[in-house]
Amino acid sequence: MTTAKREISVIVNGLRHSVLVEPRMLLSDMLRQELGLTGTHVGCEHGVCGACTILLNGRSARSCLTLAVQADNAEIETVEGQGTIEDLGRAQRAFRDHHGLQCGFCTPGFIMTITDILRNHAPSSDDEIREALSGNICRCTGYEHIVDAVRELVREKEARP
Amino acid sequence: MKPAAFDYVRAESVAHAVDTLAGAGGDGKIIAGGQSLMPMMNFRLVKPSVLVDINAIAGLDRVERDDSRLRIGALVRHFMTARDPIIARHAPVVSEAMKHVAHLTVRNRGTFCGSVCHADPAAEMPMMTVLLDGRIHAVSSRGTRTIPVLDFFAGSLVTTLEPDELVAAIDLATIPEGMGYGFHEFARRHGDYALAAAAALMRREDGRVKDIRIAVMGVGEMPSRIAAAEDQLEGTELTDKAVGRAVAALRAAISPGSDLNASADYRRHLAGALAGRAIRDAWSRAKEAVPA
Ligand SMILES: Cc1cc2nc3c(=O)[nH]c(=O)nc-3n(C[C@H](O)[C@H](O)[C@H](O)COP(=O)(O)OP(=O)(O)OC[C@H]3O[C@@H](n4cnc5c(N)ncnc54)[C@H](O)[C@@H]3O)c2cc1C
Ligand code: FES
Ligand code: FES
Repeated sequence: MTTAKREISVIVNGLRHSVLVEPRMLLSDMLRQELGLTGTHVGCEHGVCGACTILLNGRSARSCLTLAVQADNAEIETVEGQGTIEDLGRAQRAFRDHHGLQCGFCTPGFIMTITDILRNHAPSSDDEIREALSGNICRCTGYEHIVDAVRELVREKEARP
Repeated sequence: MKPAAFDYVRAESVAHAVDTLAGAGGDGKIIAGGQSLMPMMNFRLVKPSVLVDINAIAGLDRVERDDSRLRIGALVRHFMTARDPIIARHAPVVSEAMKHVAHLTVRNRGTFCGSVCHADPAAEMPMMTVLLDGRIHAVSSRGTRTIPVLDFFAGSLVTTLEPDELVAAIDLATIPEGMGYGFHEFARRHGDYALAAAAALMRREDGRVKDIRIAVMGVGEMPSRIAAAEDQLEGTELTDKAVGRAVAALRAAISPGSDLNASADYRRHLAGALAGRAIRDAWSRAKEAVPA
């Protein structure tokens, strides 16, 4: 039995990293502290707020409820992989256009949840969009502008053949 | 670091997992979806010496049916249960209940069996296991056993599973052709744990209620069927009066607690109202049995 550090290999936003981690290190802490990817935010660290949402092998996951060792050999996507300030990703652009953020603390989690929604789900009505977003908490916007952004993204996707 | 230190083992098979648990001397924990265990570990409410990860074990992610039972493997996640065609056809009340479980991201990871092992009194999966006469298939290095649901839940977050046991699957009764179902829940926000929920199943025979089952959750230490309410309706016509009697009997039979989300009185009222709706839905979905 050992609680000592071990080496894991992860692909984050397309780049492979080898990282030495204790088994108890959370994936959120590994991303932020070991890889310096502080775009993934931590709010509650018990699964409730959604700020830490990332994609694990293509589906959204709470990085505060995932251990770094569980991500050994996995593919991770974070908000840093979605775009840059010069070249925003689709969801980021929709957030800017619709004022989907104020302080921005919740935004990375929303962007990653929305990435999962657009890839793996097909909400259509506003009710379905709200339900799909219900695991992410925003204390600033009142959600209306976030729903506006997602509605546009969903319509855009529906219009594509 | 949030959790206390532990060793971590990625199990390759059920045998590997239960051998590792046996070696941990009662101090090991299985991690499935981690959606309930990790919060408790982050708060250091749970401090296992060894964490046994079952996520890489092949073959546990299946839903199967044989005759009158459905078998849900240990890695069937909430999003899979919610859209599984076998469950939708043979236990639609489960599909209905799954609509209320957590949020998209949590549903990607959390498992049916993990929820039942966690035994939250306001969780949908334990309630469905009670409603549908579930049986829990436990494996340890000592052998296997099948635990009927009535012998499984022992209190809020407490079960009779031994620390060296792994749940490989849970089986549920299917709902026979013609049987109606209803499920109603109230939570403060969509996907939050319920303040209360109620489910009902019944057939119609000669215009009367037959084989009724009523279960509630969120209003006691564990989900349970309410025989006193079932007795009010079995064999009767489903009149407003009869439903009223069943709802009154249900309210008298439960003893919900008070917390910051709801008072005991409010929960008791809610459980009755939700049960009334579930009973009516079940009645209207039930098809009159055609005499052979
Ligand atoms: C924000 C949020 C909202 C939620 N909302 C709801 C909700 O509305 N309704 C609801 O029902 N749940 C809700 N949940 C809980 C969720 O459903 C969990 O997925 C579930 O309770 C536990 O399943 P898991 O696979 O994640 O188990 P884990 O967290 O991995 O484990 C839970 C417990 O079960 C044990 N265990 C797990 N699998 C096995 C096994 N195969 N054999 C033996 N022991 C095992 C673990 O050792 C641990 O003690 C919510 C969770 C979060 C974070
Ligand atoms: S930090 Fe992970 S859900 Fe809040
Ligand atoms: S923008 Fe501030 S919390 Fe969402």
